[in-house]
Amino acid sequence: MSSTIVAMAHTADPGFVPPGIGDFKYPPIFPGTAVEWVTKPLLASVLAAVLVFVFFTVGARKRALVPGRFQFAVESTYTFIRNGVARDVIGHGFEKYVPFLVTVFAFIAVNNLFGIIPLIQFPTLARFGFPLMLAICSWLVYLGIGIRRAGFFGYFKSVMFPPGLPVFIYPLLAPIELLQVLVVRPFSLALRLTANMFAGHILLLLFTLGGTYMLTNENLVLKVLAPFSLAGAIGLTSFEAFIEVLQAYIFTLLTALYIAEAMSEEH
Amino acid sequence: MDPQKFTLAGPLVYAIAAVGPGIGIGLIFAAYVSGVARQPEANNILRPIAFLGFALVEILALIGLVFAFL
Repeated sequence: MSSTIVAMAHTADPGFVPPGIGDFKYPPIFPGTAVEWVTKPLLASVLAAVLVFVFFTVGARKRALVPGRFQFAVESTYTFIRNGVARDVIGHGFEKYVPFLVTVFAFIAVNNLFGIIPLIQFPTLARFGFPLMLAICSWLVYLGIGIRRAGFFGYFKSVMFPPGLPVFIYPLLAPIELLQVLVVRPFSLALRLTANMFAGHILLLLFTLGGTYMLTNENLVLKVLAPFSLAGAIGLTSFEAFIEVLQAYIFTLLTALYIAEAMSEEH
Repeated sequence: MDPQKFTLAGPLVYAIAAVGPGIGIGLIFAAYVSGVARQPEANNILRPIAFLGFALVEILALIGLVFAFL
């Protein structure tokens, strides 16, 4: 079922086992007990939640007019999302959604960054169920906004039959728009996050494990070429850091866009 | 996972899936670069749009990557 490629298969040793889906399954930390579902990614995501909570709570405690370094860092993160995402995208009435957007951004960013932090080194959102729940939260928020503004059938009517179009387009447009709002948006939000983290983790594993395999192999050619693989791992780590924060920003931006679109349906 | 089996199906699926998004991302950032080149003050306005377009296009390639591993 999974496709694997054996690299340098002409050597006699068992060969390099490339990383695959199996590397994303973690064993239980307490096997055989009642809490058998506790694994390392679960603890990492709980740690991320605690870190985000402590970051914002401690940062907002001393409301100094001239902020110190930590307070400045917390305020910069908050105003980045408040101004850059919420105010510019949602516009009028954006203040209600700022806490949700800031929390989503910080939580996803910290969880993603665990992919490159030593000892944790697993992007917690690489398993699909977790971003699916986050995407369902966004989905419920923008559906709730739309339904509260225009009523249940009113909202779906305004989504499926936007005014000002020729009539023969509606049978074509309505199912697509309904599918888009109900299924494609949350699913694509979750899948974007998962697939990016999955691909990044596989690449890091490939370069690091491949480099170590090449370094400890008896073949001299592999030994000489190993530093290139490890240098690639270093370069990929910084690239992954950028992609991880970018994906958190994209999730937040798209959520804000869907909220803005749900808020403007009443026009 | 048996390391001895070699199939080309997975990588081929991703190779075909990556063509369209490659062109798409190139078009998006070509527009962004030439927009900023003509008017450097528009950088802060165009940057969120460029990254949003990048994420929407990249997901098509990543769906192909997911199918390559299934």
